[in-house]
Amino acid sequence: MADFEIKDLRASVEGRQILKGVSLAINKGEVHAVMGPNGSGKSTLSHTLMGHPGYTVDGGEVRFKGQNVLELEPDERARLGMFLALQYPVVVPGISMANFLRTALNAHRGYDGKDKSKMVTPKEFRSLLKDELEVLHMDDSFLSRYINDGFSGGEKKRAEILQMAVLKPEIAILDETDSGLDIDSIKFVAEEVNRMRGPNLGVLIITHYTRVLEFIKPDFVHVLVDGKFVLSGGPEVADRLEKTGYSEWGKEEAAQPQEVA
Amino acid sequence: MATQPKLDVGVDYKDKYGFFFPEDYVFKAKRGLNPEVVKEISFMKGEPEWMTKFRLRSLEIFRKKPMPNWGADLSVIDFENIFYYLKPAEKQSASWEELPADIKATYDRLGVPEAERKFLAGVSAQYESEVVYHSLQENLTKKGVIFLDTDSALREHPDLFKEYFGTVIPPADNKFSALNSAVWSGGSFIYVPKGVKVDIPLQAYFRINAENMGQFERTLIICDEGSFVHYIEGCTAPIYTTDSLHSAVVEIIVKKDARCRYTTIQNWSTNVFNLVTKRAMAYRDATMEWVDGNLGSQITMKYPSVYLMEPGAKGDVLSVAFAGKGQHQDAGGKMIHVAPNTTSTITSKSISKGGGRTSYRGHIKIYPGANNVKSFVKCDALLLDDESRSDTYPYNDVDAENVTLGHEATVSKVSDEQLFYLMSRGIPRAEAETMIVNGFIEPFTKELPLEYAVELNRLIQLEMEGSVG
Repeated sequence: MADFEIKDLRASVEGRQILKGVSLAINKGEVHAVMGPNGSGKSTLSHTLMGHPGYTVDGGEVRFKGQNVLELEPDERARLGMFLALQYPVVVPGISMANFLRTALNAHRGYDGKDKSKMVTPKEFRSLLKDELEVLHMDDSFLSRYINDGFSGGEKKRAEILQMAVLKPEIAILDETDSGLDIDSIKFVAEEVNRMRGPNLGVLIITHYTRVLEFIKPDFVHVLVDGKFVLSGGPEVADRLEKTGYSEWGKEEAAQPQEVA
Repeated sequence: MATQPKLDVGVDYKDKYGFFFPEDYVFKAKRGLNPEVVKEISFMKGEPEWMTKFRLRSLEIFRKKPMPNWGADLSVIDFENIFYYLKPAEKQSASWEELPADIKATYDRLGVPEAERKFLAGVSAQYESEVVYHSLQENLTKKGVIFLDTDSALREHPDLFKEYFGTVIPPADNKFSALNSAVWSGGSFIYVPKGVKVDIPLQAYFRINAENMGQFERTLIICDEGSFVHYIEGCTAPIYTTDSLHSAVVEIIVKKDARCRYTTIQNWSTNVFNLVTKRAMAYRDATMEWVDGNLGSQITMKYPSVYLMEPGAKGDVLSVAFAGKGQHQDAGGKMIHVAPNTTSTITSKSISKGGGRTSYRGHIKIYPGANNVKSFVKCDALLLDDESRSDTYPYNDVDAENVTLGHEATVSKVSDEQLFYLMSRGIPRAEAETMIVNGFIEPFTKELPLEYAVELNRLIQLEMEGSVG
């Protein structure tokens, strides 16, 4: 039994079935990449795993720490140790990143406003953030800005990874974290993810393109087409995709970003 | 009870007011409104004749004025079943134990200190903060600032008082300003001399003998040329009262180059009709800022206004309303541009929950000849569920040239995407919703002194949990 096990997951959006039976076992210490062309169900997979209300589970289960996480609220899944870095992080005006991070961290520690011993202290909070901000090349001013408000594409993605670094999940899902990023941002993000890699973290990278996998080396690569895995293997699967794209499955899409002049 | 102020008619009142009246007279406040009641109020306060006449004239006007036929439904107010004047001792609830459980629970949750609670709850008529009060008063007196309750100001500064009282909001302005003019009691009086900048906010509840949270308080603020003052009334803890009508009048005069900020956080208990007239006159290059938060009451009708009387004057209204179950917050602002080259902004934020209703009602008037005016209105409504309601009623009258008038209104719901995002970080649903609401009103909160901002956020949290009113 793997640490995190997706069994025959089927899910739909607005009555249309997108995931048609996905199974995947992830152990802590492993990095899995799920690759697929547009519309293959990548985002549905990530959102369904985290419990987004717009996605309906039609069948299957996801076992993590003895529970079927599909029965839990998103916040319960997070506190159990799951994390989703969103492809499109959401703007929430009026709440500073610092407040957001502190509230999330307190929630993970079970602080509900009563038992102050569970609360993250300002000093602890600062020291926790210091290194991570450095690795991600972000400065302090970022903490006083509102959640994702006015952030560039790169800043948003780095902010997602910062949240991951602070919350220290056991299973992290990175949903197209590389899309829309310049090469420097990809490197910073990859550096941070690689820092966190280790026996206490299982990673699921969801991506259209192979490029990010040059920086975060996956142990396993799975190809998702039309809501099902069509191929699973080691890093060599990514190499194969890099050459031929998704054409073997009838999708004329490259697995590398088009060069932008 | 040991904590209650001693009220010995023979001693206290003679010392304080220099007159004496029979015991049975003091303790028998009558319900209802007629010239006798009004005369009695004036007599008990030992007022000059002009004020007694002013009150009686106002009562006449009140009788003749129709009820407003717009806004909230006020037909249930029974003017004959209200006590129009109560001595402090009579305002008190008999004991702490008799207070409604929800009010007590809120004080607990907000961590309001005991002494302050009793004051707020009406159990004690005085908030014993004499030490703070005295050092503050000393400091102000040195600068020539007058900060008194309005009754004392009438006694101690009769000429200054008479010069300005009733000049900004005459009794005939509306039915409730007439009512207040007839039966007013308490409130704050502030005079800031030329060029004096008061560096700490003046707060109503620093004052002892505070009747400022009474039903018909009357506030008058005069900022002389080049001065500055920030006045704060109310607080975030709910104010409990058994009387159901609160009708205040606030008049402010901001002279050349002066600036006045008036911050209100009202959180009346949800049986109260809160009908308040607030108006300021701003003269050359003067600035008037209303920061107005309405959380409590059953019905609020309040539209702070600024009359921009001379070139360069600037008016701002920043308001927040929160309407829960059974509440209707009808609030907004008015900007009356009398002079050219004047500017104004109204920013209104409202939150409706559990079937609550908020309305933005605003009026921008630009008189002929008031050219080169800039005015901008922005109202944002947040609905927390499908039963709640929000409306916008903007009125614009423009009779001048070269006017820039902007209006922007949004109605939104707490979005699933925002909620999911915060929850996906481990934050429970209720807390996430509260965060989103606090974020929504942040442009308001950030204008408050820190301790008020913190309390307001905590209060929103309680409202969101539905544990209050």
